Amino acid sequence: MPQIIRKDRIEEDGWTLLRPAADVEIATVELPATPILVPLALWQARREELLARATPVSVWLAANENPSAIADDLARLPLIAVDFPKFTDGRGYSIARSLRDRHGYRGEIRAIGDVQRDQLHYMRRCGFDAFAVRADHDIERALAGLKSFSDSYQAAVDEPLPLFRRRAQASGAAA
Amino acid sequence: MYRYDATDQRLVDERAAQFGDQMARHLAGELSADDLRPLRLQNGLYIQRHGPMLRIAIPYGALSATQLRKLADLTRRYDRGYGHFTTRQNLQLNWPKFEETPAIIGELASVQMHAIQTSGNCVRNVTTDQFAGVAPDEVADPRPYCELIRQWSTFHPEFAFLPRKFKIAVNAAQEDRALVLAHDVGLELVRDDAGEFGFRVFVGGGLGRTPILGKELCAFLPRRHLLSYLDAVLRVYNGHGRRDNAYKARIKILVQALGVEEFRRQVEEEWAIYRDGPLTVPDEEFDRLAAHFAPPAYQQVADAAGERGELDRLAAEDREFGRWLARCVHGHKVPGYAAVTLSLKKTGVAPGDINAEQMDVAAGLAERFSFGELRVSHEQNLVLADVRLPELPELWRSAREAELATANTGLLTDMICCPGGDLCSLANARSVPIAEAVQRRFTAEREHKLGDLSVNVSGCMNSCGHHHVASIGILGVDKRGEEWYQITLGGLPGREAKLGDVIGPSFRAEEVADVVEQLVAVHEENAQPGERFADTLARLGSTPFRERAYAGRGRHLAQERKPADAANNP
Repeated sequence: MPQIIRKDRIEEDGWTLLRPAADVEIATVELPATPILVPLALWQARREELLARATPVSVWLAANENPSAIADDLARLPLIAVDFPKFTDGRGYSIARSLRDRHGYRGEIRAIGDVQRDQLHYMRRCGFDAFAVRADHDIERALAGLKSFSDSYQAAVDEPLPLFRRRAQASGAAA
Repeated sequence: MYRYDATDQRLVDERAAQFGDQMARHLAGELSADDLRPLRLQNGLYIQRHGPMLRIAIPYGALSATQLRKLADLTRRYDRGYGHFTTRQNLQLNWPKFEETPAIIGELASVQMHAIQTSGNCVRNVTTDQFAGVAPDEVADPRPYCELIRQWSTFHPEFAFLPRKFKIAVNAAQEDRALVLAHDVGLELVRDDAGEFGFRVFVGGGLGRTPILGKELCAFLPRRHLLSYLDAVLRVYNGHGRRDNAYKARIKILVQALGVEEFRRQVEEEWAIYRDGPLTVPDEEFDRLAAHFAPPAYQQVADAAGERGELDRLAAEDREFGRWLARCVHGHKVPGYAAVTLSLKKTGVAPGDINAEQMDVAAGLAERFSFGELRVSHEQNLVLADVRLPELPELWRSAREAELATANTGLLTDMICCPGGDLCSLANARSVPIAEAVQRRFTAEREHKLGDLSVNVSGCMNSCGHHHVASIGILGVDKRGEEWYQITLGGLPGREAKLGDVIGPSFRAEEVADVVEQLVAVHEENAQPGERFADTLARLGSTPFRERAYAGRGRHLAQERKPADAANNP
């Protein structure tokens, strides 16, 4: 079973990611009996069928897809995956923030695709809490990427107060 | 200047360790060259024509004497004993060894320096007026706001992998010395009728391949909203900026495609989520930051007017000192003080280059004459911001010995110039030899008579040499493997920013200095008393200049007149 970083630990992952090729007809995609992560287009085309299954189903968003497209379904989706087509495509960071801050999503947000150790700190700050590290990278060593920095200037999902507010609180408490 | 607290220092130390680890993983074969690339770029490490180049951040151009000494030391031990100041107020080392860059970064951290986000598709070093805090024409010191932006942009988790680089500049003065209209976001500090500080926000400006001046996004943004608003601007850009074509990926292309009204609507929609939340900056934080930039312990100069008279007397006696006083000494808020430019534009030296000995001298001068601090200007010179008038002659003598007193600030030979084809792998043509050829045409006598005149050189259309906003701009283009140069005329920096127009077909390298001289001659022959080149050009129009530039060159000026892009399309 593939491994994943979830909540700062390495765990076995039971989800199957469906990534049909662009030229495959959505209606013909076969659905395995395991929990599945389906692309947005498949979710939209076969929503009733997917919800009727006894096994869990969730959605992954491509970098150019807007979380608003699944806003009404968020409550029934245990996880949302966000795809990074390449390391340098940073749209997924904003997608995660939008899911957390605009839509109030509290389920798992999982980074998939070109996910490497040196992104994990930023990803976690933006609301990701699970990381499917690229298969050719050592997942044990990638864990260290979550510990690159011990503090941050900005407000984000993991720390809602920017450093200037925490500094002010600390100096207020000291005074 | 801003001094790190324990958290600032820890973050910079952790960054140095992270970079060292990334490089070690790369050298051990665990991180491919492709995967390392975006990581090393965000630490200022390029691979250039002859090898690595390291761009060291100098946030908003502020440098202490201690830091400059350290830079001198680093150039001696890890490079070839010199560095190059850039138009983003940073310092480039041209010859570091790839494997030694983590050691350099580690040493920088020991003097509160780094190379964070000096390259890559992220928020870059924020820039401002080199006279910030002392300029008589500013509404307030912009540096506390720059520091706020520095902290907000440093390791911003959401915006480290934008479609393209993102540059922010802040101006707080009547005269815009920070080029805010030529930035992805330009911020102009203003006060409203109630006396509240805020920003006029411009978006979508930039030079480069598609030069565009910024458009007003917000007429008055109260300062407490600065960070939530910047977050909103960046979020819209991150989501919607083009990623399919690097040449069309800057925010200016997005703003142009959407129109500024639609862009503003999207920004305000995002802003609504965070506005008035924890990102709102309280007055206490502005006060805390401002305290870092409190005025130094100025000494009363008993008779400032008398001192000024004495300087004029010395200037009359010594023409060289007089020229320096006229060009390199600038007004100051505090009576009896002046700001001084240490020119890095001596003919024969690549513009913006400084050797290690000069760095040490400049650091010493800062300690003796200017409270131990310096600034880097976007024109690639150094500035001592707080010099007492009676000490100017002594400062001049010492600076002159170190060849830091070329009296040419704002004059023709004070050229902005990129490293060009000698060093940069993006360049289509060399720029430094062209700048030197032009400089050699003009004696000090002649350029002082000409007065303000900007001639800038870029070695390719990325326009690092700011040629678009020069009175005379020179752009290197590649034509079938040969170096050619396109001339633009009539650009202006600052508040009245204007992009120059291409005058016609491009010139061979050996023609450029002569063409510049001919253009200047048209001004000299026609100038009315007190007119600068830009004034004469505005009055006469470009035709007589263009005709003179092509006279006797066997080419008609209407021939193959193309926009800059056409000659160089990949």
